[in-house]
Amino acid sequence: MKPAPFDYVAPATLDEALAVLVERGDEAKVLAGGQSLVPVLALRLASPAWLIDLNRIASLSGIRRLESGELAIGALTRHRMVERSDVVANANPLLASAMPWIAHVQIRNRGTIGGSVAHADPAAELPGICLACDAMLTVQSRRGRREIAAADFFKGMFETALAADELLTEIRFPAWPAGRAYGFLEVARRHGDFAICGIATTVDRDAEGRIADSRIVAIGLADRPLRLTAAERALAGTKGDRDAIEAAAAAATSGLTARSDLHASSEYRIELAQTLTRRTLMQALPSQTRWP
Amino acid sequence: MIEPREVVLTVNGERRSGPCEPRMTLVDFLRETLGLTGTHVGCEHGVCGACTVLLEGESVRACLMFAVQADGASLTTVEGLAPAGEMNDLQRAFQEHHALQCGFCTPGILTTATALLRDNPEPSEDAVRHAISGNICRCTGYQPIVRAIMDCARRRKAEKRAGGAA
Repeated sequence: MKPAPFDYVAPATLDEALAVLVERGDEAKVLAGGQSLVPVLALRLASPAWLIDLNRIASLSGIRRLESGELAIGALTRHRMVERSDVVANANPLLASAMPWIAHVQIRNRGTIGGSVAHADPAAELPGICLACDAMLTVQSRRGRREIAAADFFKGMFETALAADELLTEIRFPAWPAGRAYGFLEVARRHGDFAICGIATTVDRDAEGRIADSRIVAIGLADRPLRLTAAERALAGTKGDRDAIEAAAAAATSGLTARSDLHASSEYRIELAQTLTRRTLMQALPSQTRWP
Repeated sequence: MIEPREVVLTVNGERRSGPCEPRMTLVDFLRETLGLTGTHVGCEHGVCGACTVLLEGESVRACLMFAVQADGASLTTVEGLAPAGEMNDLQRAFQEHHALQCGFCTPGILTTATALLRDNPEPSEDAVRHAISGNICRCTGYQPIVRAIMDCARRRKAEKRAGGAA
């Protein structure tokens, strides 16, 4: 189908975009890479009166490693640029390992990191990676700028903490600690489809090799990316050996109900979350997992 | 009434322009306004890959962009892969390997494979399959498409080696 008629403005600067957003915010949609929004328009699930196209704002795109070791990625940076970036590969290998899982190359050539995060599809990879990494999201409006922790940003299916006059402008990933282990896997019916369920895992160990901290985050399971805190607790203080991994996998979904849709039942998603928790921990801790 | 915009862009090395409503997708602009019907329009919501074109050299879905967004950009469509009436080596490989039956998906797969072989001149079969995973073909079962792309890569390599030796 063809999108319903809309008017179009492509501001050249962030200031202009924020001004237009104040003026038109209620009747406008913000267009970044468009890889989710344009299908929504084509299927007429939304018919905004205006599109505010950010693609002419060069300052919103780019990848920087800060002196603090943090990785700062402009909201309009295309997936493909993140995927191919040596800076990203060095500064956040979990993010780098998740990139090829995002849709197909034609989508990654156009889609943006900020667009994916602001769209907040519950099965999308990047919101989950942001949560697993404790990323900070920089948000700007005419009223000023604020930083929102990823844990506070995702409010529900396609719902975020962004106000109508705010734009997500940058995503900052904290410095990657030396020795941090990680894993990422997802299951979809076909490669490139949204995940039925996916798991992102990070593991930090102390000098004795005991697990001091971990993040196990599920995508596709609920209405937003979710930390599987029971699994994290099961790992804490252990050596991350086979028994600990099995205990974490078994605990992963305790107390949770997974969503159910035409792609998979709730029960199947729960099974997947447990299995992928085990497998991503095996990726992260390969020396611990030579199963007899 | 929403005012049409004038879009000026470079397609296959030629400067082209035309009016469009903001809601006109790039693929409709190419086909309807510029008459370049080589790019096919399939699902119109980013799933099938039939409308894939090269935007500044990178493969993109022309149904997931509006023509107004391409103002000032440089595009390559399937018509630009070889001079009119001719085929390039990739297209010949598709012909030799019967990598198409109805041909509807072919323009999108050719443009996708063009970008792949530029970035990765010696792709593994896995890499080829991964690269065309966003292009749906309902006729071939993909086997001859993969063979054609691999064969084109092999021949380019052989030619390069022969060229180097001479």
